[in-house]
Amino acid sequence: MVKGPYSDKVMEHFMSPKNMGEIDDANGVGEVGNPACGDVMKLFLKISDKEIVEDVKFKTFGCGAAIASSSMATELIKGKKVEQILELTNQAIVDALDGLPPAKIHCSVMAEEAILSALKDYYIKQGKDPKIVDEMKKNIENKITK
Amino acid sequence: MIYMDNVAGTKIDSRVLKKMMPYFEDKYGNPSAHFYPIGRESYEAISKSRKAVSTLINASFNEIIFTSSGTESNNLAIKGILSQKKLENKKHIIISEIEHLSIQNIASKLLNEGYKITKLKVDNYGCIDPDDLRKAITKNTAMVSIMHANPEIGTIQDIKGIGEICRNHNIVFHVDAVASCGHIPVNVATFNCDLLSISAQNFYGPKGAAALYIKKGTPISPLFDGGYQEMGIRSGSENVPAIVGMGEAANIVMEEMPLYSKKMELLGKKLWEGLNDKIDFIHFTGHPKKRLPGHVSFWIEYIEGESLLLWFSLKGICAASGSACSSNILAEDEEGLNASYILTAVGVPNDICAGSLMFSMSKYSKEEDVDYVLSTAPEIVKRLSEMSPDYRKN
Repeated sequence: MVKGPYSDKVMEHFMSPKNMGEIDDANGVGEVGNPACGDVMKLFLKISDKEIVEDVKFKTFGCGAAIASSSMATELIKGKKVEQILELTNQAIVDALDGLPPAKIHCSVMAEEAILSALKDYYIKQGKDPKIVDEMKKNIENKITK
Repeated sequence: MIYMDNVAGTKIDSRVLKKMMPYFEDKYGNPSAHFYPIGRESYEAISKSRKAVSTLINASFNEIIFTSSGTESNNLAIKGILSQKKLENKKHIIISEIEHLSIQNIASKLLNEGYKITKLKVDNYGCIDPDDLRKAITKNTAMVSIMHANPEIGTIQDIKGIGEICRNHNIVFHVDAVASCGHIPVNVATFNCDLLSISAQNFYGPKGAAALYIKKGTPISPLFDGGYQEMGIRSGSENVPAIVGMGEAANIVMEEMPLYSKKMELLGKKLWEGLNDKIDFIHFTGHPKKRLPGHVSFWIEYIEGESLLLWFSLKGICAASGSACSSNILAEDEEGLNASYILTAVGVPNDICAGSLMFSMSKYSKEEDVDYVLSTAPEIVKRLSEMSPDYRKN
């Protein structure tokens, strides 16, 4: 079969997405949308007392790249500490998927944003200021650029 | 493979291919070489095609100009007419919201050159109200360009009615019949049109051959300059094999269209009814009756068009979508993605354009193909719906 615009990895995640579903007792839920194409990603996190992502599930309304990005993102953050998942960039998602067409890079950005949105919700539920997430993210980005 | 994207192009008829082959092999003369046999032979071959194509649309022999594509025919029609001296001061053209991208982009360019463009709105079925046309016409209106049938939503326009209005106001009328020719009757006399575009690849002919009908006595300028081919209106060595193919395709359409179109219509109906029956949250687009035979277009809530297309493709079914995500995968960034303006024009909200799909069948489509699509679609829809954040079963 002649290859399409997506890598085998993308197609694999599209056909058999990992961690698709919802978590009823999630303690961090994030939802982001992209007005350009109408895609919506919803991420459910179950974060333990030790700030480890015990469980993660996603639901996505979107194209092949969006579904694959969400699926890959959940794989990359499951079992990790909160600080670690803040280090996850959209580029890491793209690389893990063996690349995305330029027009679809925004899908990986959405996945990164969905993680941040879910974390903010977690902190709000903890009674903390969700801005912590932005600060932590910024710190990480500064460390990388230095 | 089940190919249901025939508005994008059809499979060539084997009889057409057979007619074309000699013109790739021994009959390679340039039609402009009148002084030796193989040149004259090529010239006669394209003349024969011209005759066939003219008969197909009820035009005269000399009213047919061969081009390379529907887009070229559309460009020639509009730019070729507007550049005429007598239309110099008439800087207004009327099209519709649902014209082909080639017409839309020509209009955008004209807008930048100081033209006024009226885009007639369409109703939820994609139909133009003739009163809107009457109201839009001014003394500065140079021409009107409307498509016969829309390839995305299947709706067939009342071209005869529109033609009468243009005739009464003495305005040049161009019809884009690329999607309709070969599926439903196209008749330039009935249409009252001055120009009409058709393309061979849409009626089982080869890619690379198309035509523009230009009513006798209509002054038109060429798009590019060169030799004397096509009466000076379209210079360039003719694509003899493709033109020969187009002529043969036209002959076959004249013979066989009434029968195969009827069959396609029944298959389209079966597919429509089956999808309506098996899939929740499905909404059909375009006019329910006045539509291309074998054409079924719809959107489904909660799921996105590109992911539908991908799944259908994995199952061996070729279709198309009006979603932004599927619109331009080769774009440099997401700014290049646009939800279908045609669906937007018929009132489908942008975020819902996302879930749109269209199946367009051909004379080769079989009942088994429809059955297979109907057996495959529900599981695909179920899979994608369950993945969707807002989906809740009834």
